[in-house]
Amino acid sequence: MADSTGKFGVGGLHHLGIPNRRQFFQLGAGAAAGWTLSGNAFAQTERPSSPPDKPRGQVIAALSQEPTVFHPLMPGIEVDQGIWWQVFSLLWYIDPEGNFVPDLAREVPTIENGGLSADGLTWKIKLRSDVKWHDGTPFTAEDVKFSLELINDSNFRARSRVGHSLVKDIKVVAPDEIHWRMEAPYSPYMSILGSLTFIVPKHILEKVSDPNSSPFHNAPVGTGPFRWGERVPGDHILLNANTGYHGKGPYVERVVFKYIPDLTVLYTQFRTGQVDYTGLQGILPNFVQEAKTLKGHKVVVSSTSSVEHIAPNLEFGPFADRAVREALYLGINKQAIIDALYYGLPTQTETFVPQQAWSFQQGLPQHKYDPAKANALLDAAGWVRGSGGVREKGGVKLEFTNSTTSGNAVREQTQQLLIQDWRAIGAAMRVNNMPAAVIWGDFWQQSKFNSVIVGVNFMLGSDPDVTPRFGSGAIPAKGGRGYNTYQYQSAEADRLLAEGARQFDLAQRKTTYGELQKLIRNDLAMLPLFQGFIAEGVKEGLQGFRPNINTSINCWNVREWYWA
Amino acid sequence: MARYVLNRLAQAVMLLVIVSAIGFAILHLAPGGPLSQFAASAQMTQEDLARVSKQLGLDRPLPIQYLDWFGRMLKGDWGKSYRDGEAVLSVISSHLGATLELMITATIIAVLLGCWIGISGALRRYSLFDSLATVSAMIALSIPTFWFGLVTIYVFSVTLGWLPAGNRETVGDGSFLDLLHHLIAPAMVLALVETAMWGRFMRSSMLEVINQDYIRTARAKGMPEWRILTVHALRNALLPMITVAGLQFPTLLGGALVAETVFTWPGMGRLFLDSIGYRDYPVVMGILMFSAMMVLIGSLIADILYAVVDPRIRVG
Repeated sequence: MADSTGKFGVGGLHHLGIPNRRQFFQLGAGAAAGWTLSGNAFAQTERPSSPPDKPRGQVIAALSQEPTVFHPLMPGIEVDQGIWWQVFSLLWYIDPEGNFVPDLAREVPTIENGGLSADGLTWKIKLRSDVKWHDGTPFTAEDVKFSLELINDSNFRARSRVGHSLVKDIKVVAPDEIHWRMEAPYSPYMSILGSLTFIVPKHILEKVSDPNSSPFHNAPVGTGPFRWGERVPGDHILLNANTGYHGKGPYVERVVFKYIPDLTVLYTQFRTGQVDYTGLQGILPNFVQEAKTLKGHKVVVSSTSSVEHIAPNLEFGPFADRAVREALYLGINKQAIIDALYYGLPTQTETFVPQQAWSFQQGLPQHKYDPAKANALLDAAGWVRGSGGVREKGGVKLEFTNSTTSGNAVREQTQQLLIQDWRAIGAAMRVNNMPAAVIWGDFWQQSKFNSVIVGVNFMLGSDPDVTPRFGSGAIPAKGGRGYNTYQYQSAEADRLLAEGARQFDLAQRKTTYGELQKLIRNDLAMLPLFQGFIAEGVKEGLQGFRPNINTSINCWNVREWYWA
Repeated sequence: MARYVLNRLAQAVMLLVIVSAIGFAILHLAPGGPLSQFAASAQMTQEDLARVSKQLGLDRPLPIQYLDWFGRMLKGDWGKSYRDGEAVLSVISSHLGATLELMITATIIAVLLGCWIGISGALRRYSLFDSLATVSAMIALSIPTFWFGLVTIYVFSVTLGWLPAGNRETVGDGSFLDLLHHLIAPAMVLALVETAMWGRFMRSSMLEVINQDYIRTARAKGMPEWRILTVHALRNALLPMITVAGLQFPTLLGGALVAETVFTWPGMGRLFLDSIGYRDYPVVMGILMFSAMMVLIGSLIADILYAVVDPRIRVG
């Protein structure tokens, strides 16, 4: 199974820069303040060098959101994962190429190595016996059992029980081996375990009276490459190297996650050398060109799993007509949006699967900006232009609202271009934006919108199972369990989703999810714009940064970072 | 006097109850909630969200939630943050120091500079200095703090490289000089509007005093000008400033909110903004109550001081 999920790639890299005199002095000032940068300002090229024998120096990583949830099994957001990756370990993780790499497990279970039964129901995991928790207690199979049972504990505020709820009869057969049975075959579980199921310490958490609140929640103990140091709320989190780490690294003594909420300020601090890396949400597109000219810094633009798209509510009047959806799609000048508003950085896409994934379906019909064809299509479908140039059919006008997060300037500009594009084909769009905490509440979850511009990571780690997004039983507005806010219903899609989740053979799964992508592209359940991207700044001399499309945050491998 | 103080205290308590009820209602009736931030996550399903919502008690009717919160608050339990599980009072206290540091520094700058400008302007009414001070104050009051903050960063950090572009300290340093170095720019930005206000109020107050008969009498008696100014004029001109100081707290807090965002200062202002964004109800309510208390206490102290200084107030 380790190889059976194929490979993911990484987006293009753009490296630049030599510092000018002033910036050199600024970097030097940072070094004088205790940051181990000495000499790094001169390390301008990606010349190969080896990591140091022991941890050296400090990395200041800037994030635009504040990590606040440190129990890795509780509800948290992307930025919290930046801490989880440093403090905790997984049974296995997914590398940038899409491979499952053993971490706490000795090997990734497959049907070939006997870790998985042929029917996918029995899982046998062999664990490392040389791993210790940060407090010195040995890690054992009991910790894995405890973690999986905690997720399913009704008193525990677990983030998600998808996949975990199928786990039954967990047996610790040895301190370094654990077995369990699945209630039903569910192949995406491999990705779920390999993406965000961090293992927590039994010896600490079994003693707490309330699993949702304990000192552990604000001073976590893990088996990861960094130990908890200190947190200054609203400012930073400091982690220290775990010199007893069982894997590669860490190569820096400390990592400081600095919280800088304003993206302009974040970029300025990167520019003035106060931070070494700009993580989530990186550098704004309008600063990328300038950032590339900065000396002593490099900019890495990489793809993410998020797909920026227009989500139509398929139960809303005009959108129920597939001809309307196709005409609207033909009427979008996608490339103009990408070039004018996103500085040409993202690439167009036609599906919910990242183009680097093994499950990506090649050869899907490519979008073409063709307003003439869109007009003809609407004419043929009986949508006639009425007063004011807006089309209507059977008393229903082709007018609708479009919503997105207010304050997101680029998306708001996208809306302006869409208004113009769609006016040309007789569709009237009005803007109805809301703050994040409002729009992503009931408005989105209960399908109260007409259409929304949103970026969604549909993947479960590296798995393309989108049952919660496109399954008929996953429509919250109809009492379903999931996130099918599009209200997409297709018996064929349901069949393919059920089949894909039962299959363990990669070739079979690729066919199944390929068919699903063709179906959803044909039905235009969503109107994809482009695959997400992130531009991150890295100070010259900092080695080891590797974007990973299979994780939600690119500082997943700080353990491999070092100063050249 | 005791009756006056008790009366003012009773009014303050009533106001706090009203503020809490209105604040609670507005916050909870606003669309969205603490769990909406997880909506885009492929990991959490609607069922997961509903389960977590129930575990947090968010599925209960609003009045029940309010009474529960209010009852616990009276017992000193202000609840726990939805974001990090920390006790609200602990969350607030961990951010309070940074804000106080910024506000006190800005206030000291504003009071000293503002009073000097105001007194000098009043004594040299319509002079070049007075005109310049008036125009500068108008400009300062019109400049958005956010914009001024960004300009300050651009000039002093990006272009000149003299000051850090933000943060309260260099991680791992934290020496007094380092703290001071980081404090200069945000305190300067926050003090700008305050200085202008103190300057304007001080000028008016001083003008009013130096035109009084007793000043003229003092001059007629041949009292030295410096003595007239310091002993007679300044003391009386500073009296109305007690009220100004008491009422400045909300303005200062509002300014700190912006300055803290621009300068990545880990204070209450940023905590408040973040908590609203996350719909972290317990923390937002905690800050709201804390701020209301501070404003009321500030106003109460000003009133009492004024009543002490001017006995006519107590009767009125």
